[in-house]
Amino acid sequence: MIEIRELHKSFADKKVLQGVDLAIETGETTTIIGGSGSGKSVLFKHIIGLMKPDSGSILVDGEDITRMGEGDLYGMVEKFGLVFQSGALFDSMTVGQNVAFGMKNRKGMTSAAIATAIEHSLGQVGLADIAHMLPAELSGGMKKRVAIARVIARKPQIIMFDEPTTGLDPIMADIINDLIIKVTDDMEITSIVITHDMVSAYKISDKIAVLYEGRIIETGSADGIRQTQNAVVRQFIEGRAEGPIKIR
Amino acid sequence: MPANRLKKPLHDFVGTCGEIVILTGKAFVLIFKRPWNLALIENHLYLDGIKSIPVIFLMSVFTGGVLALQSYYGLQRFGAEVFTGSLVGVSLTKELIPVLTGLMLAGRVSASYSAEIGTMVVTEQVDALFTFGVNPVKYLVSPRLVALVIMTPMLTLFGDFVSIMGGRLVATLVVHQNPYLFDSQVFVSLEIWDVVSGLIKAVFFGLTIAIIGSYFGLKTEGGAKGVGRATTTAVVVSSVIILVSDFFWTKILPFSMR
Repeated sequence: MIEIRELHKSFADKKVLQGVDLAIETGETTTIIGGSGSGKSVLFKHIIGLMKPDSGSILVDGEDITRMGEGDLYGMVEKFGLVFQSGALFDSMTVGQNVAFGMKNRKGMTSAAIATAIEHSLGQVGLADIAHMLPAELSGGMKKRVAIARVIARKPQIIMFDEPTTGLDPIMADIINDLIIKVTDDMEITSIVITHDMVSAYKISDKIAVLYEGRIIETGSADGIRQTQNAVVRQFIEGRAEGPIKIR
Repeated sequence: MPANRLKKPLHDFVGTCGEIVILTGKAFVLIFKRPWNLALIENHLYLDGIKSIPVIFLMSVFTGGVLALQSYYGLQRFGAEVFTGSLVGVSLTKELIPVLTGLMLAGRVSASYSAEIGTMVVTEQVDALFTFGVNPVKYLVSPRLVALVIMTPMLTLFGDFVSIMGGRLVATLVVHQNPYLFDSQVFVSLEIWDVVSGLIKAVFFGLTIAIIGSYFGLKTEGGAKGVGRATTTAVVVSSVIILVSDFFWTKILPFSMR
């Protein structure tokens, strides 16, 4: 379980996170939704330890990662996998080398075991025959699927998806949604997704949390969020320009 | 207030210096921590060292040649042109080749380090390294540091030899000096410490180029413009450090003032 308590973060004079409280249950898919600039990516980077908060805590299975030293943090990161919005594939490596990257330094991983894992992971995302290709040769959807394959090859306990459907056509977005559901169920992992794609959020989420002005203002199931009376949340999920949300 | 106006740049400067020292320390310590990235070191030895040979060759042969030419005509005014070989040998090995090799590598390698690492930063590849439990300093900086600390003195030694040969070529073919006279003057005047002091400087220059290029790459912000800015800053800062520190090395090294 991941518990985020009273998380605050500012950059210069700009307050990005202003007391985020959120509990992410093990084995569930929790989606954090919010508009552009609402602090979703900053919150994400805190959860995996890429950023340190000004105050507050993040407990991962009872251990506060905000107070961990560098060595312990690298150990904790082993539990996580992060699928970046852009894919963040290493462009100097082939697809196969990208997928192998996270496994190379692990104890007990022989070359044969790595080769099998590459084949299996790329097969799971439907791209079994592209191990030799370079990231520059792939489409946006393929890059996202390779990024997912690269993460699942390491068998993490928690996978975080940063805007997994952004920039994709509706069909490819649905393929990614199905992939997230399949990976979460097959591997029995915890998934955390940040998105502003409501079609995706409704389809994949066990729980949806709404981030607005640096705070979680509502949490609930997909149906619960659909039926909310909160005016801010309603404006966001209905995608209306008029309403209480301040656009900068 | 002028004092307040100075406060921020001074604060930034001290902060940057501190971060560079910390990065150097981390990169150095992580060299010895397993797993060793031998393949990466080998790759940088080739890309940044071996592939720099043509440019160092050209720089050295022409620097040696022009120095021989200028020295011959300068010394001739005092009837001392026989000492052309001495002047060429000592000044090339002690000062010119180590500094010019450093500057050439600052332009070629420091720029490529900051551009490559900077691009990795803005495309989140450096964050991705962290999420795979890989320390970005160990993976990106330490192998570059090892490679340049090895290759810069080696390229300097190569440059020393080529530049003296370039000087000899010009001295004998252009100003028709006796080749045996040139050789004997070089060997009589040149001491082992002249070459060694240049190589010690080269080790420091290699370290500077690797760290400064990597540091400004890791600090890149703001997309393509940020990568461009990081690259320019890395080349300027490493070149300035090489030029300024050369003076202090010459003062500090006990055998370089002889």
